[in-house]
Amino acid sequence: MEIDPFIFRFSIFVLAIFVGYYVVWSVTPSLHTPLMSVTNAISSVIIVGAIIAALAGTSDNIFEISNIFGFLAIVLAAVNIFGGFLVTQRMLQMYKKKKKK
Amino acid sequence: MITANLSAIFYLISGILFILALRGLSSPETSRQGNLFGILGMIIAITVTFLTIGNFSISIIYVFIFLLIGGAIGAFIAFKIPMTAMPELVAGFHSLVGLAAVFVAISAFKNPEAFNLGIPGNIKLASLIEMSIGAAVGAITFSGSIIAFLKLRGIMSGSPITFTGQHIVNLLIGISIFLLIYFLCRSQSESFFWSMITISFLIGILLIIPIGGADMPVVISMLNSYSGWAAAGIGFTLENTALIITGALVGSSGAILSYIMCKGMNRSFFSVILGGFGGDTSVSKDKKKDQKPVKSGNAEDAAFLLKNASSVIIVPGYGMAVAQAQHALREMVDTLKKNDIKVSYAVHPVAGRMPGHMNVLLAEANVPYDEVFELDDINNDFANTDVAFVIGANDVTNPVAKTDPQSPIFGMPVLDVEKCKSVLFVKRSLSPGYAGVDNELFYRENTMMLFADAKKMTEDIVKNI
Repeated sequence: MEIDPFIFRFSIFVLAIFVGYYVVWSVTPSLHTPLMSVTNAISSVIIVGAIIAALAGTSDNIFEISNIFGFLAIVLAAVNIFGGFLVTQRMLQMYKKKKKK
Repeated sequence: MITANLSAIFYLISGILFILALRGLSSPETSRQGNLFGILGMIIAITVTFLTIGNFSISIIYVFIFLLIGGAIGAFIAFKIPMTAMPELVAGFHSLVGLAAVFVAISAFKNPEAFNLGIPGNIKLASLIEMSIGAAVGAITFSGSIIAFLKLRGIMSGSPITFTGQHIVNLLIGISIFLLIYFLCRSQSESFFWSMITISFLIGILLIIPIGGADMPVVISMLNSYSGWAAAGIGFTLENTALIITGALVGSSGAILSYIMCKGMNRSFFSVILGGFGGDTSVSKDKKKDQKPVKSGNAEDAAFLLKNASSVIIVPGYGMAVAQAQHALREMVDTLKKNDIKVSYAVHPVAGRMPGHMNVLLAEANVPYDEVFELDDINNDFANTDVAFVIGANDVTNPVAKTDPQSPIFGMPVLDVEKCKSVLFVKRSLSPGYAGVDNELFYRENTMMLFADAKKMTEDIVKNI
């Protein structure tokens, strides 16, 4: 009997939860705010779905309902991607070590 | 045009780069590199998506235009936002992820052929369930984050909004979401799809309004987690590994942060969700109306105490950030250090409005991160320290949490500031903190209250040292 591809994806999902669990516990508490902003940025990888949605269909009609929602989702996700990574970078730049005497 | 197999490999690579991005945050030195890994992962994922689609119709121009519009808005916000407003910003960003998930789900529902999910009216059952879950969780994330944003921003009152039968209403709505998904799968009817999304928006609002301002750090972390699960749901629909991995990472990250925040307040996750905490509840009213003697001092007294100390621990809280006192504070610390006084900072897990917020605010004021300590690492040092300087913190220093089982904050881990030889407490009045509990520390022998605005007081102390 063949295994449904869903099961493979589900396995990846479960393993990724475990990876996430151990990786996040190793994050130092002082970086929890950057952690939130960066997770926010990477979850915007949902933009790949938005791009597929926006580009679907033929050239004759590029503004079907599904395309429009795709375009809107692109804007939202792009705000997050740029905003999330840049604000994280801005925060991380501020963390400095004590100057050596 | 690249094959589906090759693009799947690239999505896996970008998923791994996202893992490395989080891994980098284990120390400040590696964190910047980690962020670059994250950016690289995102670039790979987006590029591969374009290459997989291949046939570039005219609409690709619009895709780039919308990408740039969103990107410009995001970049503008990222550079302009003050660090004190990070909690609102993160809540706002979560709402966007949630809404984007809803939009992608709608697109997939309207045009399933584009995603290989079947044809309208006959979408594959598994895909339909996955996109429904993605859309429902996304909608909850969106409306919940909007409420969190409004509360944090102060547009909406931070006190809990409760009404009778609230939990039953929520439960019924929750059940009806599942029923609607069930009927949607049976009938493929569009009206069930839209109703399901609408009531998901509604439950998002209802879930967050009863949660008080004090519990906001938990709420933000929780919504962080939700946004991850929404992304994962969409990831299953699109059969996209990068999205599934990321969703799982973000989901578990948010869940862990919620757990840490709950532990920092000694509250069970369940009681936070049920809400009602942190408003003008009966706790603050019924006892201790009698006046107790309080020792108060001025900047000169404080400067004298600090100057003659050999070690000082600073306990900053959100009040410091509100008063924008962090820069003045660092100036004070610099002056103390010049006089060979040992200074460190003690940060409570729930100081500030979101996990790690205080650390960012101190970092912004150029406080080196190796002078800032977590609760467990520094709590034993208070006993051998001369002066504790509490600025803008309150509940997290309250000894009642250790002594009075009746107190609502009993059992919450607190900083043992009262063990210092003397305590300087900068605060505007004797009013209780978020938890609505009177702080016993105010009336201690070794406490000197400095009634003033945190920034002004700190500046005055600097002048007097």
